[in-house]
Amino acid sequence: MYTTDQYEGMLAETVAIQGANGDRVLAYCARPLGKGPFPGMVLIHHMPGWDEWYREATRRFAHHGYASISPNLYERAGHGTPDDVAAAVRADGGVPDDQAVADIEAAMKYLRALPNLNGKVGVFGTCSGGRHAVLAASRVAGFDAVVDCWGGGVVMQSDQLTPQRPVAPVDYTSDLESPVLGLFGAEDHSPTVEEVAVHEEALKRHDKDYEFHMYDGAGHGFFYDHRPSYRQAQAVDGWDKIWAFLGDKLAA
Amino acid sequence: MCTMIVQKVPLEGFGKGAGGWFDMNQANVSWDHPFHAPEEHALNIDFVNESHGPGARVAVELSVESARQLVETIQTVLGEAEGKGLLKET
Repeated sequence: MYTTDQYEGMLAETVAIQGANGDRVLAYCARPLGKGPFPGMVLIHHMPGWDEWYREATRRFAHHGYASISPNLYERAGHGTPDDVAAAVRADGGVPDDQAVADIEAAMKYLRALPNLNGKVGVFGTCSGGRHAVLAASRVAGFDAVVDCWGGGVVMQSDQLTPQRPVAPVDYTSDLESPVLGLFGAEDHSPTVEEVAVHEEALKRHDKDYEFHMYDGAGHGFFYDHRPSYRQAQAVDGWDKIWAFLGDKLAA
Repeated sequence: MCTMIVQKVPLEGFGKGAGGWFDMNQANVSWDHPFHAPEEHALNIDFVNESHGPGARVAVELSVESARQLVETIQTVLGEAEGKGLLKET
């Protein structure tokens, strides 16, 4: 909780990281000014791309005291408006999981190299980014918390597996070492309530630290205040749960 | 890509995108999240030429009813033209 008399500042800029295969990947980084130490957050953009909402969200995390970075997972599709680039990726069935995980790991390591990090890094994602957040935290060491917002495709049937997405993230649950906060809408079609239940069962079975919240009256993307899917009360409560969860899990 | 319902179809034609007219060589048809239409999913058609970069795109995001009506109308118009001997298919 901040007060009106406190100093506040942040540095927000585009940076470059070395992602999968050594590729140069652009990222948007926003971090509080000051000596810290600050916890870190990697933000994984959604299917509509590395867009304005994700820049705003990255600054929002910085405003709340997190050194934050959002890598452009669609870097290899070329550059243009976010929706043009995302449309090209959509046509290809998404980016390869291995590539996304390596890009996310590179973003995490960028934060870990900062001189004023408190040693803790979480990962947040919505939509396909929620899936990527769960996947990365399951396959890569170095994440201390996961926030999965309505990540579709965490639970996948065998006929949904593709060369780009060969393993359902839920199948890596035994390898997941970080606590998970999951926020979902009961009216969502991806993930459905049933798919969220399968994910939750896997977390229980492997004795993982998690908390899931299923919101009535909300569907997919209920944080997006520029879309009809926005649900004010559920979004406010969801953000409150995120700050409480991260405040607990990423404290030094 | 959240639904993974997408198909690519090669085609010949021209489209007017943000940078003006360009030669299109492919349409990407998906049932997935739209960028602008106020729905969770839409029938999206992107007319593109990938060799010109991501910006060479003419996009439409249609409701189910509109998409079905469009398909039907295209077939009707082509049928009428064919009936009048105006089509020269290669």
